[in-house]
Amino acid sequence: MGEKVLMKGNEAIAESAIRAGCMHYFGYPITPQTEIAAYMAKRMPKVGGVFLQAESEIAAINMVLGVAATGKRVMTSSSSPGVSLKSEGISYIAGSDVPALIVNVQRGGPGLGGIQPSQSDYFQAVKGGSHGDFKKVVLAPASVQEMADLTATAFDLADKYRVPAMILADGTLGQMMEPVELPDSAPKAFDKPWALTGTKCQRKHNICNSLYLKPEELEKTNFERFARYKEIEENEVLFEEYLMDDAEICVVSFGITARVAKNAIVEARAKGIKVGMIRPITLWPFPEKVLRAAADKCKAFLSVEMNMGQMIEDIKLATECKKPVYLCNRTGGMIPSPEEVLAKIVEINEGGDR
Amino acid sequence: MQHKRITLFAGHYGSGKTNIAVNYAMHLKALGENVVVADLDIVNPYFRTRDSLEDFEKAGIRLISSEFASSNVDLPALPQDVYSILDNPTECAIMDIGGDDRGAYALGRYADSIKSENNYEMLFIFNKYRPLTPTAQDAAEIMAEIENACHIKFTAIVNNSNLGGLTTAEDILSSVGETQRLSEITGLPVKMTSVRSDLVNNLNGKVENLFPLTLQKKIV
Repeated sequence: MGEKVLMKGNEAIAESAIRAGCMHYFGYPITPQTEIAAYMAKRMPKVGGVFLQAESEIAAINMVLGVAATGKRVMTSSSSPGVSLKSEGISYIAGSDVPALIVNVQRGGPGLGGIQPSQSDYFQAVKGGSHGDFKKVVLAPASVQEMADLTATAFDLADKYRVPAMILADGTLGQMMEPVELPDSAPKAFDKPWALTGTKCQRKHNICNSLYLKPEELEKTNFERFARYKEIEENEVLFEEYLMDDAEICVVSFGITARVAKNAIVEARAKGIKVGMIRPITLWPFPEKVLRAAADKCKAFLSVEMNMGQMIEDIKLATECKKPVYLCNRTGGMIPSPEEVLAKIVEINEGGDR
Repeated sequence: MQHKRITLFAGHYGSGKTNIAVNYAMHLKALGENVVVADLDIVNPYFRTRDSLEDFEKAGIRLISSEFASSNVDLPALPQDVYSILDNPTECAIMDIGGDDRGAYALGRYADSIKSENNYEMLFIFNKYRPLTPTAQDAAEIMAEIENACHIKFTAIVNNSNLGGLTTAEDILSSVGETQRLSEITGLPVKMTSVRSDLVNNLNGKVENLFPLTLQKKIV
């Protein structure tokens, strides 16, 4: 690992992407992720890469599709409304079986919403978020260090399985500054025999396309793609367990709210309440097994989210509704305080209603 | 530590300009000056001098700031009363400039008046732990870009090297050499080294012209 530097979360994503061998960035500015583009604009010319501010989000994501088809590492970034604009292209990337990174530094919604942080694009991120049967790997960092680390992980997973990957961050993580150690090691290399690199008249040409006019063929590609998704679900789940050994209440939270929840858990433990946390790091694949196992030991779950309650549905599915799942949430750009989370933990511990 | 009637704080994005400007305003007020702070940031909608409005009001410091600053309206705008700074020589003015050359363009429109009065300091805020300014050479490049954008030359350097809340006295000490090199490359003096106030005791006698930062804004 290299020297410690003081970075904004947005800058950490950009620098980590460059170190992961991403030499192509296409984007369109939107608060609170603009520093990713600004950083790329400064750095890419110096490292021989391409920074291009497209005329729109739609143009940017289609440029990403183009570069992805050549097998080069490529990314775009935006914030909530901008990601909606990119959603058509994300479906095309998935349908073409090419790897790419999309970063969403979420802000309050729906509509234009506001510029304060939120997690209200959870459904959009993990439930496809565009037309057609497809998934993308979704990673949720909870620190500036993880903004850097998971960016490299996202590129690796995208390459390994030929799928789009998404970093689902929020305005707080994008804007906050923390010391970061960046990797000095060379990025992982992946064999890409499918890439459009020119045949030099020495091989059959490759085709990158998401159009299948014969339904039998389209069905077959979908079945094959979902077989790959199954491999991802089996092999690539990431999560963090915190004080779960003797926990009776299990907090489930991702990203910035997991940090808030951690503070509340420390306070609750000081009051003698047996509470721990499972923090999903991959939101898809969702850490279902560990949650199902926790449902046999814990008496209740608490989902802490900055939305109206989205991940809570996946917790209920994973735990097969064996135990009650409560919600502690703020939305519209508001961040729950440790005190609010603590109050909810205390209420659940005392047998509070759903 | 001497000061001029107008002090301009400029530098790389995220180098700590606003934080130092706010603390420097308090410092000048404590010296008995009639202090006004102007927010000229047209780049960043977050972390603005307006976040310190309450402290300023308590201290009797006038703030000139766009009504859109810290309002979540993502609208780059300059307040019209910035010109009052240039017309009232009895006030001691601090101008907080937006990051990089992009932020410095906004200062350009006041450059002629500031230079003709010729009672100003323009300070470059240096943090060697920021990713794009690890060396004096990198910082000097950004200084030149800012000067080209605003048509005013820097007069001194502030060493604000830090790693946020986790900064140690050792981190500060190991930034002194690079700051000295920046001083040599640019021919400008190091006016002060700004440090979190709890580190001052550790560094007294080891680093010259320490400037304690007592006001610190935190988000999470």
